[in-house]
Amino acid sequence: MLRFIVKRIGLSILTLFLVSVIVFIMTSIMPGDIAKQILGRDATPEAFEIWNKEKGFDKPLVVQYGRWISGVITGDLGTSLQYEMPVSEILGPAASKSAQLALVALLIIAPVSILGGVAAAMNRGKKVDRVLTVGGLSAAVIPEFVWAVVLILLFGVAVEAFPVYAFPEEENPNLISSVYHLILPSIALLFVLFGYISRITRAGVVEALDSDYMRTAVLKGLSRKVAVTRHVLRNALLPTIAVIATQVPYLAGGLIAIERVFNYPGFGNILLDAVIARDFPLLQTAVFLTGFVIVSFQLIADILFAVLNPRIRQRVTE
Amino acid sequence: MSATPTLELRNLEVAYTVRGIDRQVLRDVSFSIAPGEAYGLVGESGCGKSTAAFAAMRYLPRNGKITKGSIFFEGDDIVSISEAEVSRLRRSAISMVYQNPSTALNPTIRVGKQIAEVFELNGMSSDEAMTKAQEALTTVQIADPSRVMRRYVHQLSGGMAQRVVIAMALASNPRLLVMDEPTTGLDATVEAEVLDLVRELRRDTGTSVLFISHNLGVIRHMCDRVGVLYAGALVEEGATAELFDNPSHPYTVGLLRCIPRGGLHKSTDRLDTIPGTPPALGTDFSGCVFADRCALVDDKCRSQQPQMVTIAGSHVARCFHSDGAKNLPRSVENISFAPQHDAGASNFGETLLDVSHLSKVFNQDGHKVRVINDVSLRLGVGETLGLVGESGSGKTTIAKLVLGLTPPEEGGVISLDGKGLAQTLNRRDVQDVGAMQIVFQNPDQALNRRHSVTRIVARAVERLRRFSLRNAIERAHELLSGMRVESTLHSVRPVQLSGGLKQRVAIARAFAGAPQIVVCDEPTSALDVSVQAAILNLLVDLQKQDKTSFIFISHDLGVVRYISDRIAVLYLGRVVEFGTSQRVFSGPFHPYTEALLSSVPKIDGSIRKRIPLTGVVPSPSNPPSGCVLNPRCPRKQGSGYESLCESEEPNLTEVEPGHFMRCHIPVEKLKQLQN
Repeated sequence: MLRFIVKRIGLSILTLFLVSVIVFIMTSIMPGDIAKQILGRDATPEAFEIWNKEKGFDKPLVVQYGRWISGVITGDLGTSLQYEMPVSEILGPAASKSAQLALVALLIIAPVSILGGVAAAMNRGKKVDRVLTVGGLSAAVIPEFVWAVVLILLFGVAVEAFPVYAFPEEENPNLISSVYHLILPSIALLFVLFGYISRITRAGVVEALDSDYMRTAVLKGLSRKVAVTRHVLRNALLPTIAVIATQVPYLAGGLIAIERVFNYPGFGNILLDAVIARDFPLLQTAVFLTGFVIVSFQLIADILFAVLNPRIRQRVTE
Repeated sequence: MSATPTLELRNLEVAYTVRGIDRQVLRDVSFSIAPGEAYGLVGESGCGKSTAAFAAMRYLPRNGKITKGSIFFEGDDIVSISEAEVSRLRRSAISMVYQNPSTALNPTIRVGKQIAEVFELNGMSSDEAMTKAQEALTTVQIADPSRVMRRYVHQLSGGMAQRVVIAMALASNPRLLVMDEPTTGLDATVEAEVLDLVRELRRDTGTSVLFISHNLGVIRHMCDRVGVLYAGALVEEGATAELFDNPSHPYTVGLLRCIPRGGLHKSTDRLDTIPGTPPALGTDFSGCVFADRCALVDDKCRSQQPQMVTIAGSHVARCFHSDGAKNLPRSVENISFAPQHDAGASNFGETLLDVSHLSKVFNQDGHKVRVINDVSLRLGVGETLGLVGESGSGKTTIAKLVLGLTPPEEGGVISLDGKGLAQTLNRRDVQDVGAMQIVFQNPDQALNRRHSVTRIVARAVERLRRFSLRNAIERAHELLSGMRVESTLHSVRPVQLSGGLKQRVAIARAFAGAPQIVVCDEPTSALDVSVQAAILNLLVDLQKQDKTSFIFISHDLGVVRYISDRIAVLYLGRVVEFGTSQRVFSGPFHPYTEALLSSVPKIDGSIRKRIPLTGVVPSPSNPPSGCVLNPRCPRKQGSGYESLCESEEPNLTEVEPGHFMRCHIPVEKLKQLQN
């Protein structure tokens, strides 16, 4: 088991290294010149040169990369060009905001989607199944920002049941208020992810329901309900967990648009601003950290999967 | 006979709804099982055996329903009782064991817990249940029950998993045990052990058994009475010995004749088959269900449904011509052909394939595992070499080495017609590749389901014979017709064909390159006996016609004996016995061969004392020192050679002309012990 974990971690580090290189190259070749924006159109060529030298942009790319990545590793995330503030001070609070939104969203999406999938599987071929499957799929083809706008119009403007901003306006909002503000954005994400996760769950449950061991359980004299909870769910939910974990990256992407629409001061919003302002240090680090979160979740999913599945666990122990 | 039967099916009819139409699966089936009795159901696939078994458990597929009749358990009709009552019955009175024990157990729960679940259902605390579960494992004679308790199913061998399933079935102390093909897919030696166990448990507990199997030998061995199902109808029933010795329905007669048994050999006997194919699910019959395939059919059979007529005592048959069933005309003429050489002769025919000092080492988690150890074999022109041995003995690996699918270790030589062959397939030229082809067990997986039958065969002709497409297609039609695949079926895809026809297509494909040798890896194991007989006849015909040689792998010793000229018995990647078919099967035997042969239940009911192999097959990664068989050898003790057996590996030596054995015990001594 230990060897397995060490190996996975090693692979994750390799992935992150590749991510960092790609991120760095991509941002470096991005069009637009931040110096012009900051110093103004009328600045002299000498001023540009001094500014570039000061920020280290005159060095070869490899050196720039080396400086950046060693900074990231040692915790020095650099300074934002736009705000003239340490990147960590900007990203820190934003990341915690985004994490709150992601957590609330996940807490709504995972149980609802899994329940939907189980319900569809248990009523295979019946009306419930068809409504859930077709409905889930239809909802998923509409992008989350469209859903966000629709939800705002319906429940924020027409009915006024939920706030249209995801962030409470009061000074020190309590937990209930914070969560309440996050419900509408979470539902927008739910609509997009429900179809996918519930379908995977449904497939897993159907396979387990049709399995020989389920038949054994029923023929042992277990009632269907007990047989399902004891023998089906554990096996069926294994693949689902892995799927949910792999959906975290998508959640991260979806968050960017959602945060924009709901005007939420999270990671995604900062990221978008950084792109627009060509704020390379901020952008590079933000994208890299997003990659870090995604890879970490994949790692956690893999390890979780191994722990839950004795066959994999055994193989990795031997 | 006044006691209430444990199980009684009365006029039971079951239908499956397929595409909105009810298709009848069981037709007016009635039989009963007395307390303590073992009742067998036989018949080919699709005849309704399993449906009857699951109906007795009140467990039918979602589209299945009982349309008529009753099922009585100890006198109570269980057709209309509630689900809760059915669950109660399953918990306490009726249990089931079925095929594929490894999928019958939940992969994520330890097996001990799964057995304990049954005890918990009956109201025990979980500690008590675990103790009882371990006792249950002791009852099924599993080695080291406390360790097995903590295992997951993937850590158990097939035989052990089936013992666990049996322990679980017996945990509720049932009055009726339904066993649906419980030993199908297990090795012969393991099957024999499981059957012995079931017999012992039955003697101790007095449980009634409904035993379902396609294997007539197993049924004869296990059951007091037997019923024969065809197309969902019970066509014959009687006491086992009486029915097998005096079959009175043409279907039963045909079934028994299909099986290669006794001393039947291709050189003197052609297997009989049952012409035609079983009716499709839900066919309506105005007369006898078997009329279309019966050689005794007349107008009455087609217009009137026959009733059961008494043959003798309780032996009944549903046939107007039961008197004449015994003299049912053969559907296949028995042309015996002159053997190419005397079957018992020691000299080989002209050598075609010469394999010497073949070894294969696999790398498994950093360990070197020697799966094939110094194997040398010879195969003559137009001969069949049978490879037998338990799973893991290296049969298939040898086939792969010969075909060049995997290279042997240094020193191994494979030569065809005196010419050395390259070790791997991609270094052999087209001619060599075409010269050796293979037929697999499962034609479903071997044929490309997207291509038409003609295209599959034509493609092989094109590649191996360098024919133009046009000529290749022509040749494909010839080949398919030669395999007796009707020309109307040449343009269909494999999925539209029955198992037997698919296998004929696979054989046609193997013959595309005009091969000198065809490796047949369990080619009939997935087929019904009547289809198996037809395929074996076809292979023998092809061999006669083209002088093709076969390497024939099968776990069915009857089949191997029938088709082989020479046999190599393998154990742990070594040839332990090699000789003509007749010599190997008539003895003196190598102790391993002796044990293997004695584990096969004989269809004629004769009982050969079983020579058990103790313990389990050792891992090839850590073979025992000395003779690899010695820890399990049934003849070692008291032979006077114990210390030699344990210290030195014997050589393969010629004990009689043309008969080789790898054993320290002199053949005279073996002969003496085996009489």
